[in-house]
Amino acid sequence: MKRDEVPGMTHDLIVIGAGPAGMAAATTGVELGLQTLLVDEQPSPGGQIYRNVTGCDPKVSALLGTDYTRGVSLAQRLAASGAEVLHDTLVWDVARDLTVTALHAGRAKQWRAPQLIAATGAMERASPLPGWTLPGVMNAGAVQLAIKSAGAVPAGRVVVVGAGPLVLLVACQLLDAGATVAAVVETAPASNFLAAARRLPRALRAWSMLAKGLRMMWRLKRARVQWFTGAEEIELLGKDAVQAVSFRAGGVSKRIDADHVLLHHGVIPNTQMSHLLRLEHRWDDRQLAWHVVTDAFGQTSLPGLRMAGDGTAIAGAYAAEASGALAALGAAQALGRIDGVALAQRVAPLQRALAVQLAIRPFLDELYRPPKALTLPRDETIVCRCEEVSAGKIREMARLGCVGPNQTKFFSRCGMGPCQGRVCGNVVTQLLADELGIPPAEVGAYRIRAPLKPIPLAALAALAEEAPTQTVNSVAESEHAE
Amino acid sequence: MFRRIEGQAPRRTIAIEVEGREVNAREGDPLAVALLEAGVERFRDTPVTGAARAPLCLMGVCFDCLVEVDGRPNVQACMVTVREGMRVRLQHGARRLEPAR
Amino acid sequence: MSTHTEADILVIGGGVVGLSLAYGLVRGGDRVVLLDEGDDALRAARGNFGLVWVQGKGLGQPAYARWTLKAAAAWPAFAAELRERTGIDVELSQPGGLTMCLDDNELAERAAQLQRLRGEVGPDYPYDVLDGDAVRRLLPQTGPAVAGAVHCAADGHTSPLRLLRALLQAYEDLGGRYVPGGRVEAIAHRAGGFEVTTGGATYASSRLVLAAGLGNRTLAPLVGLSAPVKPNRGQILVTERLQPFLTHPTLYVRQTGEGVIQIGDSKEDVGYDDATTLAQLSRIAARAAKCFPLLEGVNIVRTWGALRVMSPDGFPIYQASTQCPGAFVVTCHSGITLAPQHAGPLADWIRGGEEPQETRGFKAERFDHVPTH
Repeated sequence: MKRDEVPGMTHDLIVIGAGPAGMAAATTGVELGLQTLLVDEQPSPGGQIYRNVTGCDPKVSALLGTDYTRGVSLAQRLAASGAEVLHDTLVWDVARDLTVTALHAGRAKQWRAPQLIAATGAMERASPLPGWTLPGVMNAGAVQLAIKSAGAVPAGRVVVVGAGPLVLLVACQLLDAGATVAAVVETAPASNFLAAARRLPRALRAWSMLAKGLRMMWRLKRARVQWFTGAEEIELLGKDAVQAVSFRAGGVSKRIDADHVLLHHGVIPNTQMSHLLRLEHRWDDRQLAWHVVTDAFGQTSLPGLRMAGDGTAIAGAYAAEASGALAALGAAQALGRIDGVALAQRVAPLQRALAVQLAIRPFLDELYRPPKALTLPRDETIVCRCEEVSAGKIREMARLGCVGPNQTKFFSRCGMGPCQGRVCGNVVTQLLADELGIPPAEVGAYRIRAPLKPIPLAALAALAEEAPTQTVNSVAESEHAE
Repeated sequence: MFRRIEGQAPRRTIAIEVEGREVNAREGDPLAVALLEAGVERFRDTPVTGAARAPLCLMGVCFDCLVEVDGRPNVQACMVTVREGMRVRLQHGARRLEPAR
Repeated sequence: MSTHTEADILVIGGGVVGLSLAYGLVRGGDRVVLLDEGDDALRAARGNFGLVWVQGKGLGQPAYARWTLKAAAAWPAFAAELRERTGIDVELSQPGGLTMCLDDNELAERAAQLQRLRGEVGPDYPYDVLDGDAVRRLLPQTGPAVAGAVHCAADGHTSPLRLLRALLQAYEDLGGRYVPGGRVEAIAHRAGGFEVTTGGATYASSRLVLAAGLGNRTLAPLVGLSAPVKPNRGQILVTERLQPFLTHPTLYVRQTGEGVIQIGDSKEDVGYDDATTLAQLSRIAARAAKCFPLLEGVNIVRTWGALRVMSPDGFPIYQASTQCPGAFVVTCHSGITLAPQHAGPLADWIRGGEEPQETRGFKAERFDHVPTH
């Protein structure tokens, strides 16, 4: 606790993010008698996986299936719980003393609770390929969001390029939605399948997933979608918009015309907030991403701050529900609002559910592992899209003497644009690690500062009257001892 | 170019203005998708090289869908819901400041 | 397994002070090794505002004012030289700068300070006082809240980012060795030379320069020197890119070559804490909005906090060790402005030449009567 004047606590529990983890956390918090606030940037609950689930057209929901409509019951439980929910709210700062600062309807708002659960979710891994900045090139997940939020699909010829189960799923969903899928270009090397197969016995659910995968493959085959595996030397071609994809597969050079190219190489935790708070992370070599270090109840290295769901490590939407509920239970316990017996009773089924989801992770992680060409792109490929910094420039910075992303950022401007390193960060860490010959864990990540997203100068200036002595996001002297 | 999936229940059409011309949008849709459905391919030119950009992620992470909404520049179109009478302008390079009045 | 490297001169610290010195030394033909910390080191250089600033500096110490004036005058050739060597344009612009004042008292106080400075340095000391109307004629975007400003024709700005990169590149191109990622573990003085140990490697040289910013505090005593410096935090706001409109840098607001507006500034005594705080950021934002109301709707994209290196009186420490001849300590908090002097006359001094006139008074002994904590 800082010695400065601190604002009073406004709630028992604040939850950031209304995806499955956040919804479960908030609902559970209220059930346990905690005065709970849930804030989210979107206009309705669901996060990304259940985006617009309460407003989606029935025909579209049916197309997306039960994996999507699951979100409806979560949203209904949330609505019924009586939790205070504030949508269209952009959290742009979270302090080390857990004060949350946000922008809502153009006005600055602040809240504080002794327990905070950040359920900020995942984002797609960047797929830096030559030409990936061209209009018409999107993430596969983006198209799913267009379907969910607006019932819209790309017109014209679509080519899906990537690795992992979502590649097939999106291609099938597009077909179901009446889009034209010209080709699926898998970048996964054949070795992924072999490595994944080794994980099969440990994950019973893997068999049903495999069956699902086979059904999708058969669907695409019937629709005469061209199929390529182990594709290399992929380039997206076009002048002001994408026009074609070229690649080599099976020893043959191919070029496929496309109006839209969808890229996908898995999802990774969105660690912007967790790095803002300087939480302890570890680099996961299987998911090739930063994971937030937490205990079984989501408690991070900052007391009172818990994280749940895919924002900590990728485990999927069902795991996120259990993870959110566990975090809320942990919060209640920390506040002395639940006894040991009641806690144990509630925890057991959640941990079982989580274990089932986690059991399949090794299998999926191998299937999703991106090829080196994607994590270590060619020199001419743009890595930082905002500032248009190429992989070659980043390698040059390493040779100049930069030993981490922050010096690299300072010298090349990569990571300085509006996205503040969300898209490029993961690739930059891996590029530097490779060039310097040191592990990614040692390379580190971008130092993130408030605001989490750009805010108008006036919104910041407005706080000058309201909170004159507040200290936020500061690391205590002892933590930074020289 | 994006198009609507067929067979959906009809929803109110609202009129927005894009680069001075009237465009039909569907109530409740995110602006970015409405623009894609209206055939906007090139959302902006980057301030660094003037390269053409359009949405990548549609979830507020990539900041490539930046447009000017009702006079406010650099708004993420994917994070805004269409509203009747919304005025959208596409951005070319860095923002130009108007003198305060 | 350890490695041993010999050099003529070892420089400890890869910020703008260390790099300027190292560049100047290697340019003169010396074999130089520069030791630097890692990616997440505190680095005052990365939090620098970028001003090449003359006005107001050296009050009570005319030698410092003259040192600063010489630096500003040497900057154009320095920038041209770096561009010639590396192809990097450090975006130096010296159109004159302004310190905006929001009320008449502030303006009067500031004007009085500069008048004293002129009295100490000489009638040629460049500054003039502008009233609000004159400021608005010079910078039409200035808001009505601005009562006036002190203008100095010698003031300007540059890109710290590009400067550091250019210095490092020029240094390496000339054969300078840059060794990042380590911390100095030990310094031994023997046989008329120095041996520095870091991360299992040793570096030996006949001369040693401590340019490690806040790190100088603990390193200096190891070679019979003293550098009682303390951290002083400054916070900065950075906006999205804008079309160019701000023709002159001001003390707290400037527009970079990329079109981004940088807004400062705070002076906080908070120890080794380089975090950003809403209290200061909002105050800085409010002040900037008063000076330039058209910035109100502009987005802040990122913020920054960095620790300046402050001596007890705010002036540099430039000292050669008598106990360990060949060792030097160099510390200041205007590393950008003084870069040409560090690369030029100061490097010459370290190499064995004459100590610049202006720097002779900046020894650590002047603090001896002041309790250092």
